[in-house]
Amino acid sequence: MNPERIAEHIPRLRRYARALAGDQHAADDLVQDTLERAINKRHLWRPDSDLRAWLFAIMHNVFVNQLRSRQAHPEDALDDDALPAVAPTDGARLEIRDLQTALALLPPQQREVVLLVGLEQLTYAEASHTLGIPIGTVMSRLFRGRERLRLLVTGAPPVPALKIVK
Amino acid sequence: MKLSENELHAYVDDRLDAESRRAVDAHLAQAPEDAARVAAYREQNAALHAAFDPVLDEPVPDRLRRSDAGRRATSGVAVAAGWLALGAIIGWFANSLLTDRAHALMSFSRQAALAHAVYSPEVRHPVEVGAAEQEHLVNWLSKRVGAKLRAPVLTAEGYELVGGRLLPGESGAVAQFMYQDGKGKRLTLYVSRLGGKQRDTAFRFSQEDKVSVFYWIDGPLGYALSGELPKADLLNVATTVYKQINP
Repeated sequence: MNPERIAEHIPRLRRYARALAGDQHAADDLVQDTLERAINKRHLWRPDSDLRAWLFAIMHNVFVNQLRSRQAHPEDALDDDALPAVAPTDGARLEIRDLQTALALLPPQQREVVLLVGLEQLTYAEASHTLGIPIGTVMSRLFRGRERLRLLVTGAPPVPALKIVK
Repeated sequence: MKLSENELHAYVDDRLDAESRRAVDAHLAQAPEDAARVAAYREQNAALHAAFDPVLDEPVPDRLRRSDAGRRATSGVAVAAGWLALGAIIGWFANSLLTDRAHALMSFSRQAALAHAVYSPEVRHPVEVGAAEQEHLVNWLSKRVGAKLRAPVLTAEGYELVGGRLLPGESGAVAQFMYQDGKGKRLTLYVSRLGGKQRDTAFRFSQEDKVSVFYWIDGPLGYALSGELPKADLLNVATTVYKQINP
């Protein structure tokens, strides 16, 4: 494979990574790891297949591995600036109008599907292939992710995970 | 008509054929709650594009461009980057043809020399993380390279740490530490985990254009010290580096 063909996809990998990872540094780490792995595994790419889908699938694997290692080493999981800047207003209601903050509050699995479909405009079948999950699972994550995002952005009902103790 | 979730989302994403789309249109006209969700989900898609499409137009950072080895040369630094890219491509081919350990090592020193040639002339951005944040720098690079690294102290040899950066190498992430003397002359120490089983080696020397390199293997790591200075002087610094890593 000509490495220049991988290079053509860097801007779109960066866009997806930025939305997925939140801050620019973490996102570019994700892209860099993805490119390194793609280059190391380039012999596994079949020339008749979609290179972009293959790169997204690699990025998904790298992302999942990063989540796993964060769970294994929670102490270096997050920089302070990587935490979503959520401040309950008046202590009463969580109002989140910022899209990026809301995205960060989605479970990663739902975030991936919402972004692959909504931002990267993959078909449901492509998303299923990229994530290595059945289409039915893609759809259910999409339903839940979009609905949760809607509720987070409109700020209407309380987030179920957060209970206000009086 | 009852609208399924599948249909509703396929409508949002414009994945329905004309007939199904008309059916959903008709349904939404009399189902305000579903219509509100469709509108909200479409707004989400639009908001995602508004928020993240600008990333497409951002310049790609150097560290990502070097991963792909596919740049065209336009400026001085780009020429050097192109040269590095060519070296990387040659390296790949060489690597697939010659798995021999000696060749792998030669390729390692060559990459170190190329990385030196690319970054040491940089005036504004010679490093990603400066020496002021040395602890963060060393921890970060150690984590990415996957081994405990140290930034040797070369003050006695007249060189101060400038900082470091992360680079892509043949077997994963590579750390580059940069040093500078009082006259602005720079040395770089290139440290990489080496794939496969390696034996420790003595110092070896190579010369790439004007860049002299001393390189060696120590445990799982390969080291290469590069600079444009006489062989004897570079050997002197390399010895110090080696001693500090193996106290």
